[in-house]
Amino acid sequence: MVRLMVDAPAASSDESAVDAFLHGGRPQEHPAQGEPSLRHAPGPYFGNYGGRWMPESLIAALDELEDTFEKAKADPEFTAQIADLNKNYSGRPSLLTEAKRFAEHAGGVRIFLKREDLNHTGSHKINNVLGQALLAKRMGKTRVIAETGAGQHGVASATAAALLGLECVVYMGAEDCRRQSLNVARMELLGATVIPVTNGSQTLKDAINEALRDWVANVGNTHYLLGTAAGAHPFPAMVRYFHEVIGEEARAQILDQTGRLPDAVCACIGGGSNAIGIFHGFLDDTSVKIYGFEAGGEGVETGRHAATITLGKPGVLHGARSYLMQDDDGQTIESHSISAGLDYPGVGPEHSYLADIGRVSYEPITDSEAMEAFRLLCRTEGIIPAIESAHALAGAIKVGQRLEAEVAAGAAAGTAAEKIVIVNLSGRGDKDVATAAEWFDLLDKDSPEAEIAKEGEQL
Amino acid sequence: MSTSQDGNQNAAQHASKSAAAIDRARAHGRAALIGYLPAGYPSVEDTIAAGIALAENGADLIEIGIPYSDPVMDGQVIQAATTEALAKGFRVREVFDVVRGITSKTDAAVLVMTYWNPVVRMGVDEFSRRLAEAGGAGLITPDLIPDEAAEWMAASDKYGLDRVFLVAPSSSPERMKRTVDASRGFVYAVSIMGVTGARTSVSSAARNVVAAAHAAGAERVCVGLGVSNAGHVREIAEYADGVIVGTALVAAIRDGGVDAVASLTKDLSTGLTKEEA
Repeated sequence: MVRLMVDAPAASSDESAVDAFLHGGRPQEHPAQGEPSLRHAPGPYFGNYGGRWMPESLIAALDELEDTFEKAKADPEFTAQIADLNKNYSGRPSLLTEAKRFAEHAGGVRIFLKREDLNHTGSHKINNVLGQALLAKRMGKTRVIAETGAGQHGVASATAAALLGLECVVYMGAEDCRRQSLNVARMELLGATVIPVTNGSQTLKDAINEALRDWVANVGNTHYLLGTAAGAHPFPAMVRYFHEVIGEEARAQILDQTGRLPDAVCACIGGGSNAIGIFHGFLDDTSVKIYGFEAGGEGVETGRHAATITLGKPGVLHGARSYLMQDDDGQTIESHSISAGLDYPGVGPEHSYLADIGRVSYEPITDSEAMEAFRLLCRTEGIIPAIESAHALAGAIKVGQRLEAEVAAGAAAGTAAEKIVIVNLSGRGDKDVATAAEWFDLLDKDSPEAEIAKEGEQL
Repeated sequence: MSTSQDGNQNAAQHASKSAAAIDRARAHGRAALIGYLPAGYPSVEDTIAAGIALAENGADLIEIGIPYSDPVMDGQVIQAATTEALAKGFRVREVFDVVRGITSKTDAAVLVMTYWNPVVRMGVDEFSRRLAEAGGAGLITPDLIPDEAAEWMAASDKYGLDRVFLVAPSSSPERMKRTVDASRGFVYAVSIMGVTGARTSVSSAARNVVAAAHAAGAERVCVGLGVSNAGHVREIAEYADGVIVGTALVAAIRDGGVDAVASLTKDLSTGLTKEEA
């Protein structure tokens, strides 16, 4: 299948990349029906995806990071530090909240929200930045750099840097800086320096390019705190590791609250870090269907979207082989989404692999569908979700309705009311109020907020 | 120069054009001059004309860069040029027109420098076939390391193309050896930890990288990044087999067109002769 399209990884020429994927890493915890565990894939390859498509100048830094990470995972002091920060700084475990009124609109199945929006800084991002900032300290680095789109990862990085006494520089597309000026102020309040990126399309991917240029020039004292489960090895497996707590908590909580595993788990996908975190908990539970919802933008048929797996082709960008939005020449295509956090033309390599083997279903959700789900959650549950997370909510409505239809057709046992769907509510929507107010036409036409929101819409 | 079995077998079948060009310079008692130009900037015709001017004024090898949407190893000057080329509609297949246009008029070895995804998209074998057909010498691959290059190793052997990998001040001895072994034609020594762009002085790290590459078995090591004037060329020519100039040439074509490329090349080439120790 994919084999024909890709380079064979030379590093593991003696055994197939698939074997390396299946046999490396930690012991299998839930080997289901003799199937090898998918939960702890160690990289560097996920099937034919992943690897290190990076300048030689950075390979030594990636080796150092991998070595530090592997040793830290095995060090009880490090894992205790992470557990302590998760509990006493981030506020974990995050709640698992049943959304009963929202569920009435999703075929009447039971819907549970994994409340990453309640974490310190308002999203799942804090899990990863604390882990990586601790690794930076272990490596003796005094400076961290990060990329950010809407500002969530930048704010989280600035937070971790402040907590641990590290210098922090955040690269952000110039257009994003302008429309997210409050998030720029938040980062600066936290002591970070925000550098507007005016190269290329001035969006998230260009912010990553600029961060990589900084890293190659300052790698001696600088750690690149990548914000998603993409990039060169060890980033995809490492970022997942720091987010695995989401899935592990959710699995224990659903067993505790309902006495059984869910029928489905839903998450939104940009680069895919919140998704791989919650998926991790359920990948080896073959009875659980897993869904990743990509940003369909104005509709995948319009070309203005960020549905990388749905419509992309394998390629290499920012250090990993994965699905990629690209033209016939291999030039990266600009993505479009109402959600800045999903507005990225690539996706983490583990997701590409999980898509190819069919373990996870990836589907697009349009801006309109996401915003309807956004409003629905506000009105039925009193929770304002991040627009990113609203894509997962919109997907969960579809999944719930399909489950109901299967029950009605006799294709599934039990009743719809017995079906259980978990949605990863990856972040809160405070940052999105201006965008949502514009979308729903809630602003006075002449207000400054309307002006700002309009600019956001145009991007 | 490759010490791999495949490399030796194929070295016998296909003489390396890059190695031959460097060896010709060496026979004249000097280092080789390698000039970089981005394809399609300001137009495909200009790139061909500037490439010919490079060859006629002292360049032994020419690197033609493929404009790419995400050039993480490039500084502002080259980014601006390649962004403009893409905005004007440059297509990857036009790089073969540029290579043919230069190789049909000069004896210079012409390599293509490219980020890897455009090659992946066309197909590594197909890209290699067309490059060889256009008279190209091989590829310089700034974001492809030998660890990921199995398909390119096979295609470059099949079509007799040089594979120029990069080594850096940060390369470990093991990686240095592995990269030198995987390379054919020459090894590209990155002079500094950073991206392309003119600098006031050449990093002292360059000398160490070249020494390490030679010690690892490389017969030809050329230095790039930050080299912008005849003084830099003279300094590097003392210890390296070739000197690579990029940003300064791009600024020249930007500001003064093909004529400026010709006169800068002539000036740069005055630094090539190794001073007797």
